[in-house]
Amino acid sequence: MNYGNKLESNTQQKAINIIKKVILYSFLVAGVIVTFVPFLYMFLLATRSRAEIFSSIFSLAPGQSFMDNYQILISNVPIWRNLFNSIFISTTATILTVFFCSLGGYGFSKYNFKFKDTLFFSMLATMMIPGLLSIIPWFIMMNFFGWIDTFYPMIIPGIANPFGIFLMTQFMNTIPYDVIDAARIDGCGEFEIFLRIILPMSKSGIGALSVLTFLGSWNVLMQPLLILQSRHMWTLPVALTRLADQAGIDHGAAMVGVIIAIAPILIAYMIGSKSILKGVMEGATKG
Amino acid sequence: MKYDKNSGITDRLRLNKKVAPYVFISPFFILFLIFGLFPILYSFFLSFNSWDGIGQMSFVGLDNYAYILTDDWFWDSVRSTIIIFVLTTIPQHLFALTLAFILNSTFVKFKDFFRTSYFLPYITSAVAIAIIFDVLLGHRSGLINAFLIWANQLPPVEFLFQTFNFDLPARWLGEPRLIRFSIAGLLTWRFTGWNMLIYFAGLQTIPKSLYEAARVDGASIRQVFTKITLPLLKPVIFFGVTMSIIGNLQLFEEPFVLVGADGGTGRAGMTTAMYLFRTGFHWRQFGEGSAMAYVLCIFIIILSLVNKKLFSGGGLNELRQ
Repeated sequence: MNYGNKLESNTQQKAINIIKKVILYSFLVAGVIVTFVPFLYMFLLATRSRAEIFSSIFSLAPGQSFMDNYQILISNVPIWRNLFNSIFISTTATILTVFFCSLGGYGFSKYNFKFKDTLFFSMLATMMIPGLLSIIPWFIMMNFFGWIDTFYPMIIPGIANPFGIFLMTQFMNTIPYDVIDAARIDGCGEFEIFLRIILPMSKSGIGALSVLTFLGSWNVLMQPLLILQSRHMWTLPVALTRLADQAGIDHGAAMVGVIIAIAPILIAYMIGSKSILKGVMEGATKG
Repeated sequence: MKYDKNSGITDRLRLNKKVAPYVFISPFFILFLIFGLFPILYSFFLSFNSWDGIGQMSFVGLDNYAYILTDDWFWDSVRSTIIIFVLTTIPQHLFALTLAFILNSTFVKFKDFFRTSYFLPYITSAVAIAIIFDVLLGHRSGLINAFLIWANQLPPVEFLFQTFNFDLPARWLGEPRLIRFSIAGLLTWRFTGWNMLIYFAGLQTIPKSLYEAARVDGASIRQVFTKITLPLLKPVIFFGVTMSIIGNLQLFEEPFVLVGADGGTGRAGMTTAMYLFRTGFHWRQFGEGSAMAYVLCIFIIILSLVNKKLFSGGGLNELRQ
């Protein structure tokens, strides 16, 4: 820590500082190990047969049974179809959410209108409502709309959500008014300004919101569990839950499914971790 | 010609500057009315009725509430939920705060690597994680028991296990007491990184000059932490704990997959959200389920108010005064 620098001339103090650093670093490294072990274990188990899982708990060597596990998996759930469903739902939800939340964020950020603050704060207040409060009537409504076993319930209700609008409002607050005024003088309509000028200027906000929306949509379980009833309509979390429910399913086969569900997210995270972390930090500190 | 035609259409659709913002923000309000507000009010209405979704609905007054508040299963689920909440929230925030504090100090290298690593569990799906932990926590083939049996060879660990009467291999997912620890452990693993990031973001907003001033005054690390960092972080702690309350009291996915829809042995892993799910969708008791949702909502409000009492105030503005 920088507070100790004053006494650096003292060698004893120096030794203490080094010990302190070692302790602090080992704390950080221990955290990383604990974080990574389950993922490592996931990859190892996917390659092991039932017998190997029992016999080689500590071994880091992969087993021989990956393809067998994969065969067991696809004979139990249509996992590739489920993967496609997840990709379709998450992508569609993300595109629509980014569009409508940006639009709302633009409205709140760059216009002055009557009841603006009241509307903004009542929107924020709705974020505090527990989702469980409406789950039963929500299901009844979906039934009423004939939306059972369709993808609409996982896409439509959330496309203009308060978190997204709030995040985009924050990002758009940094866009200067001059650009908009100049466009107006050039004869651009309000919606055209949004589409041609504001959207391209909000790339970092859009990036953060896209990633967070995609993740949320990819991982959600309760709603799809209620709505998606036939096997070929399941998303990955539903398929994995049903798989885990089956008595005596091989751990190895389940792990292959888990890898299929996690891999796209891991890859996306490796590419976009910066904007994800930034998005979460923005959302938290400005809130 | 074509160009003129198009501009004609856009002219007609052209939004007035006064109307435009209302149009832009309207999707949220329309969707909220349909998919948010209406179900909430309908839920309130349902909570005074008895209905299975198919037959006749009948008005029962406060019967659903009376039924829930005298239902042992409901109170068991509340107890499990609160125990899991306490078991995970405290270590989560302590670890997160410590990690963030260390990461924020100037000497640490590879900050991005550490932050990115800790945050990783948060982005992966709860279902996938619960399936991995199901295997990790396995009775005979699980890594955690294997590790504990290995550690048990060390005398101090052995002594510790003996004093607490801890038998190995432990039935992490078979014994009611351990089931709650297992769920709490999974949640701690999954959400510490998220909280760390929130605290880290909060620490970054504390001006370096304050630390400089403390250094000049000869403050120790502990003094810096308790006199500067903690008071200034109070709003962030408030935010983090609020999110933990809202999230944990509605806890569903992790225990649902880890111990199954019935909550495992002795229903120890059945949270109130899972019981609500079961009441509403397995037993088709929409009225009782809705009443339960409202009771749960009241618990969340009470806990949030307690949290507000504990952590409100603080922050930069207060320090300046």
